Amino acid sequence: MTATFNRRDLDFLLYEFLDLEGLLAQPRYAKHDRAVVDAVLDTAEKIAVEQFQACAAELDANEPVFDGRGVSIIPQVKTALDAYSQAGFPAASFDYEAGGLQLPCVVAQAAGAMFYGANISIAAYPLLTTGVANLLCAYGSPEQKALFLPPLLDGRFFGTMCLSEPQAGSSLADIRTKATPAGAGHYLISGTKMWISGGEHELCENIVHMVLAKIPGGPAGVKGISLFIVPKLRVGPDGAIGGPNNIALAGLNHKMGYRGTVNTLLNFGESGECHGTLVGERHKGLQTMFHMMNEARIAVGMGAASAGCAGYLYALEYAKGRPQGRRMRDKDPASPPVPIIEHADIKRLLLTQKSYVEGALALLLYCARLVDEQKTAGDPARRREIALLLDILTPIAKSWPSEFCLEANKHAIQVLGGYGYARDYPVERLYRDNRLNPIHEGTHGIHGLDLLGRKVRIAEGACFTALCRLIRADIDAAASIESLHEYASDLAAAVGELEVTTRVLIGCGDLERSLANATIYLDMVGHIVIAWMWLKQAHCASRHLASSPDQEPEFYRGKLKACRYFFVYELPRARAQMSLLQKLDDTCLTMAAGQF
Amino acid sequence: MKILVAIKRVIDANVRVRVRSDGAGVEMANVKMAMNPFCEIAVEEAVRLQEAGKAREIVAVSVGAGNCQDILRTALAIGADRAILVETDLETQPLGVAKTLRALAEREKPDLFMLGKQAVDDDNNQTGQMLAALLGWPQGTFASKVEPVDGRVNVMREIDGGLETVSLKLPAVITTDLRLNEPRYVKLPNIMKAKKKRLDIVKPVDLGVDLAPRLKIVKVAEPSKRKAGIKVESAQALVDKLRNEAKVI
Repeated sequence: MTATFNRRDLDFLLYEFLDLEGLLAQPRYAKHDRAVVDAVLDTAEKIAVEQFQACAAELDANEPVFDGRGVSIIPQVKTALDAYSQAGFPAASFDYEAGGLQLPCVVAQAAGAMFYGANISIAAYPLLTTGVANLLCAYGSPEQKALFLPPLLDGRFFGTMCLSEPQAGSSLADIRTKATPAGAGHYLISGTKMWISGGEHELCENIVHMVLAKIPGGPAGVKGISLFIVPKLRVGPDGAIGGPNNIALAGLNHKMGYRGTVNTLLNFGESGECHGTLVGERHKGLQTMFHMMNEARIAVGMGAASAGCAGYLYALEYAKGRPQGRRMRDKDPASPPVPIIEHADIKRLLLTQKSYVEGALALLLYCARLVDEQKTAGDPARRREIALLLDILTPIAKSWPSEFCLEANKHAIQVLGGYGYARDYPVERLYRDNRLNPIHEGTHGIHGLDLLGRKVRIAEGACFTALCRLIRADIDAAASIESLHEYASDLAAAVGELEVTTRVLIGCGDLERSLANATIYLDMVGHIVIAWMWLKQAHCASRHLASSPDQEPEFYRGKLKACRYFFVYELPRARAQMSLLQKLDDTCLTMAAGQF
Repeated sequence: MKILVAIKRVIDANVRVRVRSDGAGVEMANVKMAMNPFCEIAVEEAVRLQEAGKAREIVAVSVGAGNCQDILRTALAIGADRAILVETDLETQPLGVAKTLRALAEREKPDLFMLGKQAVDDDNNQTGQMLAALLGWPQGTFASKVEPVDGRVNVMREIDGGLETVSLKLPAVITTDLRLNEPRYVKLPNIMKAKKKRLDIVKPVDLGVDLAPRLKIVKVAEPSKRKAGIKVESAQALVDKLRNEAKVI
């Protein structure tokens, strides 16, 4: 099997780019060191390869089936998830007091990358479960934590997020699921939830649904949404599992990719009482749910980057071993063909993938490290600054990899040509799996609105200012190296232009017009942020080449080349988009339905 | 019962190994390393014996460069109680390693010495046998079942004709085969616990052994590509080819 992730690059990002050892020196992580982190990643790699990757194609070809009574999934999925749980991964990044190992988020995400790249549709089950456990840790009552956290962290219970309904996807204001108070802190849940991943299966003892619902009599719209914890099987006060909680599986959705993750339509309380308890405050359900979404969104972005990475590595290996065609100057048909990696256009396809994938991984791990630093920073001002940075970077970390690492998968297919389009090779599956990422956890368009409509505006633009300040500081640092001057000044110019563009858009009194091209704004900011990530990586690589020119020089030169590629081929796209955005163009906005 | 388990650091079995262009060996730069899979089976078996109350102490040992500490830590995380690294930058070869292990056996006085039947790098399949000969201990190689009973150990061995069970008087040497067990995945909490376990580093000179290689690698080459097959017309033609061309029947 071809590796789906690049451990060498991961080590570069963790230890050189992000100074993980500096983080491990913090008292919070005192029990960990590099040897522990390496051993954790070794274990993740072993389980990912032997249990997750080994059945990826078979799982894709045999999606879960609902026979009217229950859901059946090929048995390798349970075996893989049992191995994952028994090794202790569900609890890895949780605090010691919650029963976890208190590993840094950045390490958990790096391990996650291995599982996602190997087989995202198995990894999605624990990904959702971690999200639910995170929510409970932050907002659960002591009783809820005592009842649900231990089984979620040892893999006996899995979790889901129930937001969408058939008539309300992105527009959560319109949800209809009701939660009627039934005394003693209990609510009776009734309604239908759509697109629920992991909603029904026999992979573990119980399923814990986090459900958004409205308490009758509450405010209209999103201000009347509350969050409830609703188990598939009732759980007694002593933790004993009881009878069914009346959540009926109405059907499965049949998807393009991500096919091993069973995706369900669920009816709550259709055939009897369905009990739930309130998580956090009444009517604050949406804030509660989204407050804990930072890590989940980083994980979604990581899923996208990992699929991109798996495709890139497969295409790279293929390109090195596939002889086809000759050099342009070689006119002799009897001469042996060259491996296709010798052709400039194949190199372009591979470099695009490398720059997208390694740029995205850098951003995602950078964000994860910010999550860790937020927990360890002693200075409250620094913690505030990190919160601002995460607010603005999280939608980008979710969206940019979802859009551009999918593009990377497209290029991986292209490198393989007809073989890439055939199901005998994994790249078309990776593309199909990855196609979900711009859709779920907030669509690409929603994140554009979130970034331009909210994140750059809140706190008088403090998030945006903090980001620009940080990028400028890194530009100044990189500018001390002569070979990076050109990139540093390119990026400085782009950031200056970004400030102008953002001012123009925020200054537009017509909110509809201001936000009409928000998705383009999202892509553009993403490109500038990834250029920043490449400048930082190039800075690390240059320092290494200056101090240890004999140690793996090709790896580091590859980083410099990818940086150059991104600045020369990709960053100009952001310039063009900024010029469009500054014009406040309303072509899309004013196109009437009848004109299509 | 005290068990010594010898383990080797090799290229990860999941990595596709490439022959170096100069034919002097295989590509080692940037290649992921791991515990030899047969050694992992030996560690797993020792830990299972301990869990079954049949072993008192497990000591994992390795001979090699400083970075072999990582596989020793893995062995500690699987369940070994302590570890010893005999540190050398020299290329390790079966006889040198067997002599080193003999010196360790004299120092540690184990009841059982367990090794993988071979390492997947050079596939020598020699160290265990050499060690048994040097120590003058009985050996059970290619073990697919290990059962200690009253000062002896019964070892079911995989042999060409099937299975054979030998009863060895302790102390003894056992080398493990693929079907003995399926090693567990390391549990993350045990990685943390392994940090606190003892790992001693000794030099070959402390043990009075000389690890200088005695074998020279002349050339490493890819196996020749398999030739395309042909279809034969009849069973008789097949028998004829097997008898007269391949000369296997």
